[in-house]
Amino acid sequence: MGTGHSHALYVHEHSPIHRLTPEAKIVAALGMVVPVAITPREQVWAFALYASLIVTVLLVARVPIRFLGIRLLALTPFLAFALFIPLIATGETIEIWGLALSVEGLWGTWNILAKATLGASVSIALTATTEVPDIIRGLGILRVPALFTSIASFMIRYLELVTDELGRTRVAMTARGYDPKWLSQVKPIASSAGALFVRSYERGERVHAAMLSRGFTGVMPRLEHRVTTTNEWLQVTVLVAICVGTVTIALIVA
Amino acid sequence: MSAGIELRQVEFAYPDGTPALRGTDLSVGPGERVAVLGPNGAGKTTLALHLNGILVPFAGSISIGGLEVVESNFPEVRRRVGMVFQDSNDQLFMPTVREDVAFGPANLGWGGDTLEGRVDAALAAVEGTGFADRPPHHLSGGEKRRAALATVLAMEPDVLVFDEPSAGLDPAGRRELVATLRDLPMTQVIITHDLSLALELCPRAVIMNEGRVVADGATRDLLGNGDLLAANRLELPYGFSLVEATRGD
Amino acid sequence: MHAPDGFLNAGTAVVTGAVSLGTVGFALKQSRERLKEKAVPLAGITAAFIFAAQMFNFPVAAGTTGHLLGGALAAILLGPSVGVVVVTIVVVVQALAFADGGLTALGYNVLNMAIIPAYAGYAAFRFFRRMFPKSAGGVIGATGLAAWASVVMSAIAFSIEWLFGATAPVSFDDVFFAMVGIHALIGIGEGVISALAVGAVMASRPDLVYGASDLTRDQLAETKSMKMRTFVIGGVLVALVLAAVVSQFAGDNPDGLESVAEETGIIESGGDHALADSVFADYATDGISNEALSLAIAGIVGTVVTLAVVAGIFLALRDNRGRDPAAV
Repeated sequence: MGTGHSHALYVHEHSPIHRLTPEAKIVAALGMVVPVAITPREQVWAFALYASLIVTVLLVARVPIRFLGIRLLALTPFLAFALFIPLIATGETIEIWGLALSVEGLWGTWNILAKATLGASVSIALTATTEVPDIIRGLGILRVPALFTSIASFMIRYLELVTDELGRTRVAMTARGYDPKWLSQVKPIASSAGALFVRSYERGERVHAAMLSRGFTGVMPRLEHRVTTTNEWLQVTVLVAICVGTVTIALIVA
Repeated sequence: MSAGIELRQVEFAYPDGTPALRGTDLSVGPGERVAVLGPNGAGKTTLALHLNGILVPFAGSISIGGLEVVESNFPEVRRRVGMVFQDSNDQLFMPTVREDVAFGPANLGWGGDTLEGRVDAALAAVEGTGFADRPPHHLSGGEKRRAALATVLAMEPDVLVFDEPSAGLDPAGRRELVATLRDLPMTQVIITHDLSLALELCPRAVIMNEGRVVADGATRDLLGNGDLLAANRLELPYGFSLVEATRGD
Repeated sequence: MHAPDGFLNAGTAVVTGAVSLGTVGFALKQSRERLKEKAVPLAGITAAFIFAAQMFNFPVAAGTTGHLLGGALAAILLGPSVGVVVVTIVVVVQALAFADGGLTALGYNVLNMAIIPAYAGYAAFRFFRRMFPKSAGGVIGATGLAAWASVVMSAIAFSIEWLFGATAPVSFDDVFFAMVGIHALIGIGEGVISALAVGAVMASRPDLVYGASDLTRDQLAETKSMKMRTFVIGGVLVALVLAAVVSQFAGDNPDGLESVAEETGIIESGGDHALADSVFADYATDGISNEALSLAIAGIVGTVVTLAVVAGIFLALRDNRGRDPAAV
């Protein structure tokens, strides 16, 4: 599923990209991903342009390209499905290596491959240069409701704790010879899931008590953050403008 | 600033009916350090949660520095009483330690430079300035304990309540904890199973059992009373000599 | 089922995005009302639990594994709106922070993995609870069936989204058959695990199960094993649904069903619909043997799923207004 611990997502550097505020980077990410998604697939040049943009961003951020490659591996299941399409799709076929591949299917595969990879690369660039709690903070500044971002913050804070508890349960069960091969043997896993929920809920209640003890009355206090400078917004605008310009030309030409 | 604590005939039962406090009386003077001892299930944690209004008694009264602990006073009561919980993870819920320490004062309405000053002071008091900008799940057990204390100190409380402060700490961490607590002037209520910690820090101790205070006196006297300890499922650590420990007192 | 960017066309992304935004906004408001200031810590830590639970891989058949969706489970444990919020946050953070699912795909990913499993799953839960005795066993049985149904409904929704937004020449029939068929199987795992998990929670803290909050202490104590009967009933239902709908697409000769449909006037005999050409993606409708029948079935199952979601929202509203929650 591509999940990992946050230190595997973030590349610790001090680049101009890293220094940008999280909200600026989120806007930039969205400003890249949306044009990519609506670019007609036949305009291959546009995708090449997007790819070079992302690579440039990663170079400025001093994120190794190899890192991008490793994280992109998580896309493999979907890409495998995409590669399958020309074999099952309808329509006119051409022959490659003895296989009858649907032409439209090939275009469909290209479409999914290109957009999925580029979209994921943008996300990866974002998390490589912005730590997850900061991303959540950035969302809040972009007017995402505080209830939503606070819950997300707490989830991130307690994620490692909960997955550790889960891991420990599995280790303990494995140590006692538990190795589920069939669904019917899954009862201990499900029971431990139930127990984990109870423990999580009870921790939630204790955290709530701790919050009340420190004066919480329902609204998370607004803590100060650095405001994005005009200069920084300018940089973001340039990047987004290039992408918007590209997709506009691509749509017109198509 | 420190405040006294008064509990009078406090009664409380959990939603499923289990009685937890059956008429508890306790009086703590300002600046005193009192250890609360007793077997599991005696009601020690339940008692602690009454001191800042997290739990509300069925009968009896509680006051902190003369202020009654009732809903209308909760904001001020919660400023006066700082609670350090058994599991530090429960009170370190913000993305970084610094934000956790700022949470309390921010809720009190402080901001800007005042807030920063309070946060820095609290962190310095626990020697936590070094890990202030780290996320709490990257801290060691001892560091988490100190961070938790800082979150509470930042509110400038008059009373500190600790629930098993030395649990899970290695010997060095325990030593640091004792040194820190010794330096804090506020009234302190320390719930603990660690009898030698109680002896080290608290001149006075109370023993709770089945929701009542069954003994109250000088820690040394209580711990020297073998029958009393046995009756309440308490035991001195193996090899611990009361005489040796209190030599020079 | 975390679809990447570009998997469905822009129109579908935008429409599902708008629907998801509105629904999640509503669910957020409901959550705040129900949990008040407890919302943040409880929902947050439960979200961590769901996130972790989704990492459970369970064996489905020799070699293949499925993983838990958790939407129905979240709704039954925490209430439908809180369930929606919790799973939405999991899906959004997975997309933003772990590149699991495209950012432009969030509209349909949230709809399929959070909104439908939680709201429609909860509606299914209440429906099944009516059929079972008011006891812990009844809750567990209803959970299992509802969780299975939530996965199937999620697959149906995805297929219908493909009908509108296909970006590759795979027909709606093929997608529907494959998705619903596979997920009917995976759903069994979801159902079993959800049921057992709820059972485990009921054993120690029944007060934490929202879907059981109407049970009295005596009713809770009645743990007589009615699991056998539950799963038999459930199994029969499963078989019926699977047979009726999926077989239509599996065979190239659905004459029987088709002629019945024609006779009763559900479809006009033969030919494409003009509407189909304008609204549905060409890719999805090309290559279907009988377009009208496929679209009719899409319409029917789509309506069922939509009704289930609406029922879930309605139940959530009614529960919040203080009437006896889970009163059946």
